[in-house]
Amino acid sequence: MEIDLTLRDGITLALMAVGVLFTLVAAIGVLRMPDLYLRMSASTKAATMGVGFIMLAVAVRFNDLTITTRALAIIVFVYLTAPVAAHMIGRAGYILGVTLYNKTVLDDLRGHYITKRGTHELESVDVILDKESIPLE
Amino acid sequence: MNVLLLNLLLALAWISLTGEISEENFAFGFILGYGMLWLWRGLLGNSTYFLKVFRVINFVLYFLKELVIANIRVAIEVLTPNLKVKPAIVAIPLSVKSSQEITLLANLITLTPGTLSLDVSDDKKTLYVHTMYMGDADDFRRSIKEGFEKRVQEVFD
Repeated sequence: MEIDLTLRDGITLALMAVGVLFTLVAAIGVLRMPDLYLRMSASTKAATMGVGFIMLAVAVRFNDLTITTRALAIIVFVYLTAPVAAHMIGRAGYILGVTLYNKTVLDDLRGHYITKRGTHELESVDVILDKESIPLE
Repeated sequence: MNVLLLNLLLALAWISLTGEISEENFAFGFILGYGMLWLWRGLLGNSTYFLKVFRVINFVLYFLKELVIANIRVAIEVLTPNLKVKPAIVAIPLSVKSSQEITLLANLITLTPGTLSLDVSDDKKTLYVHTMYMGDADDFRRSIKEGFEKRVQEVFD
């Protein structure tokens, strides 16, 4: 059996492999990370990177304007929406009191949510650079 | 923004005149249009467009670089035994003012692996970020302010 690879096939394969690898890393990260926030750090971004590379592979493979524009549109929309979802999950998790990993060194958010009448107003802190940050004990 | 519109129209004109609809041809038309508009810059008033195009390109490249570096770092963390993470939630004082700038900055921070923006205070002065690795809180704040925030400001002003 003879395998005949063109340059286009090669590039497609490489992009595909990188994309799949990042997605795999995201999946392993979800299993290995100790708390919600670290899990999300591992999953959302590596997954967007994975989708990005796989879509690039699709665009290179077909080399057709209509498919390229759609692949790029998918990348753009994933990159627009993924951080919004991550932000909402993270915020909801913090407000619901999901515990932080026990090696967390600093929590500037602690005590800054004002909970009254069911809203979660958030006050700002005055951090002047090179000044105070209360470390967790 | 008007000059950007002109530039896009020139690129479209180039495509229709050459009759070849492809990404490469559009990019070429855009570059040609950019050059032509640059020659006309005296007539367009003092537009910041020409500088801005470079800033936006610079910004995108910087973001992609950070994205790749951080992704590799997280991948190494995930694949090697023993977690070496030092997570923290850090309050970052914001110099950017408008909601658009804050949205872009927060999204960029979330998109970069290892960091996650959790919330913005109601007076839009502080951004709370969860990070995977923190050596020193002030160093981290500075790296965000001098990296992403500065560039976001440049693109918007």
